[in-house]
Amino acid sequence: MKGISQRSGDIHLLLQGNEAIARGALEAGVVFCAGYPGNPSSEIIETLAEAARDLPIYVEWSVNEKVAVEAATAASFTGCRAIVVMKQNGINVALDFLTNLTLSGTRAGLVLVTCDDPSGISSTNEEDARIFARIIDAPLLEPTTPQEALVMTTWAFELSEKIENIVMIRSVSRLSHTRTRVLINELPSFDPRPHFDTGLSFHTFPVVAKHKMRHEKLDLARVLFEKSSFNHYEGAVRPELLIVSSGCAWTYVTEAVDILELSDRVGTLKLGTTWPLPKGFLKKHLAKCDRVLFVEDVDPFLEDNVKSFGADICMEIGPKEYMGKASGHTPSCGEQTPASILRVLGRLFSVDWQDHAFMDKVSPIVKDIAPPREFGLCPGCPHRGSYYAIKTALAWDDRDGFVSGDIGCYTMGIWPTGFNQVKSVHAMGSGLGLASGYGKLDRFGFHQPVVTVCGDSTFFHAAIPALINAKFNGADVLLLILDNSATAMTGFQPHPGTGKTAMGTKTDPVDMEALCRSLKVDVEVADPYDMLSTAKIIYRNMQQKGPRVLILRRKCALVEGRERGFPYKMRVDQDLCLGEECGCDRYCLRIFRCPGLVWDKHAQKAKIDGVICVGCGICSDICPQRAILREERE
Amino acid sequence: MALNLIITGVGGQGNVLASQVVGKAAVKRGLRVTIGETFGLSQRGGPVMSHIRLSRKRDYGPLIPPNKAHIIIGLEPLETIRVLPEYGNSETTFVVNSWPVYPLNVIADEVEYPDTERIRSILEDAGGKLYWLDATRLAIDLGAPILLNMIMLGTLCALPDFPLQMYDFKDVLVDMFPESRLELNYKALEIGNEFITENEN
Repeated sequence: MKGISQRSGDIHLLLQGNEAIARGALEAGVVFCAGYPGNPSSEIIETLAEAARDLPIYVEWSVNEKVAVEAATAASFTGCRAIVVMKQNGINVALDFLTNLTLSGTRAGLVLVTCDDPSGISSTNEEDARIFARIIDAPLLEPTTPQEALVMTTWAFELSEKIENIVMIRSVSRLSHTRTRVLINELPSFDPRPHFDTGLSFHTFPVVAKHKMRHEKLDLARVLFEKSSFNHYEGAVRPELLIVSSGCAWTYVTEAVDILELSDRVGTLKLGTTWPLPKGFLKKHLAKCDRVLFVEDVDPFLEDNVKSFGADICMEIGPKEYMGKASGHTPSCGEQTPASILRVLGRLFSVDWQDHAFMDKVSPIVKDIAPPREFGLCPGCPHRGSYYAIKTALAWDDRDGFVSGDIGCYTMGIWPTGFNQVKSVHAMGSGLGLASGYGKLDRFGFHQPVVTVCGDSTFFHAAIPALINAKFNGADVLLLILDNSATAMTGFQPHPGTGKTAMGTKTDPVDMEALCRSLKVDVEVADPYDMLSTAKIIYRNMQQKGPRVLILRRKCALVEGRERGFPYKMRVDQDLCLGEECGCDRYCLRIFRCPGLVWDKHAQKAKIDGVICVGCGICSDICPQRAILREERE
Repeated sequence: MALNLIITGVGGQGNVLASQVVGKAAVKRGLRVTIGETFGLSQRGGPVMSHIRLSRKRDYGPLIPPNKAHIIIGLEPLETIRVLPEYGNSETTFVVNSWPVYPLNVIADEVEYPDTERIRSILEDAGGKLYWLDATRLAIDLGAPILLNMIMLGTLCALPDFPLQMYDFKDVLVDMFPESRLELNYKALEIGNEFITENEN
């Protein structure tokens, strides 16, 4: 065995933060792993699924995050260590179970990993999931590096068993997607013997007594945190400024202190156990100086909690000047960066750190000539065909209709690549929930047609209750399931409709047509590559009442390209293309916007970019001159 | 002090794989290495940037501080000048593939892609050394455009003061590619390497 599942330890491997978390769980002897894909968390379950080929562990992609936590908790209740993984949005979905779980408590170690996405690099928001640790009274650990993430994850299982409750680990994109040299340790033997002790019970009653017990568990965690090596102080005995920091941002702080040569003047307090606060440890260091700066991603979580504690002990430690997000010293939105920290420290200590001469020379020129790079659907993407058909049908209908959107690659329908058709995007399954509301507004004179789009994985995750709601209340909704047979946005993980599990086992796929029919909802299936026929079907459905489902089915182009390849070699017949004379104003480039179609400057006509075009052939149907030709590949 | 390297380009150019090769080779050599990857919506044509930090002494964070890049490997010209003001300085060495990947808004004729010769002269004027090569063309001639990343890695290990050699990269490729594809990737490394040695004054 090599790589992540090797049994021996004391070896350095190049590991991504997410891989280090997975290895840390394996080193703790985890046997049950569950999650729902979402950037930047997906690689943790993928890594564990890979390890499951060599090790006797169980790994699943669950249908959504709430079910993932529930499934993992069952393992804990029966004495097996379990991990559950999600992105920040997932905690919202799982929260109802979690708030009750921390009242009932757990048995074998249960660890919840949330990977937050400061700046929303690949998310709809930049929610800070740490606040949920406070809401559910769960201990919270924040690693700074992949090495620490590994060690912390292993320890989190022990902590969970000591306090008999779930423990939260919070990573951020920068840590999850950082690769570094990591020292791995030996794996234990995996010998799970699941048994539910019927002498025990797990529920929340009596509520107040359980709530009190939950606080006592947190107090026990606090005692352990006081001596934790995940918290440490570095710097002068009497610093002029104390920087309190957690997570990946701490690595930028230490480097900024070096760059500005402030190591004799500031002290850096790194906190790895951020809820509950290690009060004794904190008090000792807060007493060191009168000025405190907080550096953390995204919300002022440490800042608010430490300030609140500082107020409690202010008679002992004296008044402090607290600086951070509330005071405007650090940005209150977006991720921390080396630049944001250099900026605040440079200002506080009057050190000029910027290379002004270089910046003044290059910045204006580059700003002037470098256009932003527009995001787009891939060449061959079936969503391009779907949105083109929707756009066509809405234009035929001409009642100012619009699209209610959802989460996935097709979220890009808010941009030109999806012809700007999508007018709202929020949470998983919310497009249809909104549509079931629009669908009841006709009594007040609302007659704009609404087309709802939702991906296949999203449909299973959260759209089914909204569909049942529409059926129950008789709402006029038209749901287009953009079925590309993959959770494409996050890296092609399997889902209930694909017939394969996380561990690669074959499984009977959930039949979404049959599921809809069981609700007595009308279902049709169309091919998004056949844009004209699909537009006609969408138009016809828009004129009907009640809930309807249209499945637009085509494999994700990236998967299709890998598995079978596409049938056509495309060619623009430049004798047929009229170029600027046509009057279409470069319709294929300006509107259709497939990256495989480009402008031939020399000929002043459209042409195919042979490196980028995959050969799906659908652009052939949009040219008014029929100049784009499909030719069968040999 | 870390050696700070940036590899920048767009989705699909093999950026993440290239940075992994550097990282794995560094670990094998006993160096400290940290790689920060920014890829967001990369699969959909967005920019991809890797920050690689090599050191003999300590681990560094995943982001290079402003204007502290020693070497910038540009897989795409526009993405190279995009990172210039934030990470470059008057001594940064650039190795740049001159073959543009046009953004959709350029294809749609809404914004203009800067003239590549203009990009070249901006990088030349920045102060450090510039190596400018038509690496996608070299990759196509060798067999496939995806070999671009290996050609660029080949240039990297020929740069003076870069602590890893071509055999370090070859050594880790053995574990990353099937044997049938090794020869071609080795060849790509050699082509890049030769380009630098031939253009070294």
